[in-house]
Amino acid sequence: MLTRCHFQINPFSNFQISMLDKIGIAKRIAKEIKDGYYVNLGIGIPTLVANYIPKGMNVVLQSENGLLGMGPFPFEGEEDSDLINAGKQTITTVPGSAFFDSAMSFGMIRSRKVNLTILGAMEVSENGDIANWKIPGKMVKGMGGAMDLVASAKNIIVAMQHVNKAGESKLLPNCDLPLTGIRCVKKIVTELAVLDVTPEGFKLLERAPGVTVDEIIKATLGRLIVEGDIPEMVID
Amino acid sequence: MNKTVKNADEAIKDIQDYATIMLGGFGLCGIPENCITALVKKGVKGLTCISNNAGVDNFGIGLMLNTRQVKKMISSYVGENEEFERQMLSGELEVELIPQGTLATRCLAAGYGMPAIYTPAGVGTEVAIGKESRKFMVEGVEKEFLMEMAFDADFAIVKAWKGDPHGNLIFRETARNFNPMMAMAGKITIAEVEELVPAGSLDPDQIHTPGIYVHRIFQGVNYEKRIEQRTVRKR
Repeated sequence: MLTRCHFQINPFSNFQISMLDKIGIAKRIAKEIKDGYYVNLGIGIPTLVANYIPKGMNVVLQSENGLLGMGPFPFEGEEDSDLINAGKQTITTVPGSAFFDSAMSFGMIRSRKVNLTILGAMEVSENGDIANWKIPGKMVKGMGGAMDLVASAKNIIVAMQHVNKAGESKLLPNCDLPLTGIRCVKKIVTELAVLDVTPEGFKLLERAPGVTVDEIIKATLGRLIVEGDIPEMVID
Repeated sequence: MNKTVKNADEAIKDIQDYATIMLGGFGLCGIPENCITALVKKGVKGLTCISNNAGVDNFGIGLMLNTRQVKKMISSYVGENEEFERQMLSGELEVELIPQGTLATRCLAAGYGMPAIYTPAGVGTEVAIGKESRKFMVEGVEKEFLMEMAFDADFAIVKAWKGDPHGNLIFRETARNFNPMMAMAGKITIAEVEELVPAGSLDPDQIHTPGIYVHRIFQGVNYEKRIEQRTVRKR
């Protein structure tokens, strides 16, 4: 692997949660990335994860519109209209990158060459179902590549808020919203906690600094397994 | 072979009302700008368009939506277009949303002469409704797949960086996206290129789409190559 990715992606995009929270989530998820990984980052918090990949680690970012080796945004005046990411933002390449067509892009996703997919969600159920593309009654924009990614990825981490704007849990016994994929999410990182999705339900692994286990229990509607002392997340 | 036509008007002159056309591009990146302009000028109506996105309000396929030329869109993501939204909500425009990889692979299947493909995308979701499914063993585990049909398009319209009179095409960077597999999938494929070079001057090892798939080619003019989301960093 030829590329090293430690660069800044613009953090000033639209989020409800505070800067500290979303950067914290991104930092915590970055710890899940291992040397040698090919990673697909979804739009939003997942994009920020690129900024916190540990220095010296060889990681290649896949952009499903046809690029391996995605680099940071270009310097002003160096934008290239032929070079965008899946969010249609102007980007750059890193040394050792490769372009390909959309069929091959989803070929490498479907055949599980991409090691890790990180994406956002509206709801996740205790058996790992995910809903993140459609809200009935609202304009539906489409699933883009999300259904392909969640149906095929070996390892899917969801970055999201624990509760929605109305204060309702997004970690549910069953998803209410139309599904994007079934039994696919492996791990969830929220502003409150890190959880694994297990055959028995959500398993609490870590809590965010200053957050109590009780607060996490209250914010989780799906089945939650709490065993022993739950350590605080370590975020550098 | 010389498949060169004069311009976009000549290239699309036999596209009739109610035709099914594929249009290459991802967002506004790698879209056939000249042919879209020519289709608007020709005023052909009732089109079914297979394209990953539907342009923006005043550019790309958005131009054909403004003139009510599109009857149906088959896309994976259509979020950037107010007129699209209005026509979709009023029922003027039929919209079929399909997973992006399914869209790409249904084009690929057509170009490879395969009637259908199996994909796990959409299993257990509303995308699976009414579709045949089948289980296969994958890495020792039984997994469900949906059968998705190859597209059947009258025309494919693609945009390449360079091409030659044989129809050989080379794409540039992420403007490649859906263009190569759509080029393979049309009954008639029209390619517009930024630079049409003399036959024999492209390196055969560097060709992305061999000319056999391309029926008409021309050098486009006045490319805008608009950027949808201009994102930069400080020096």
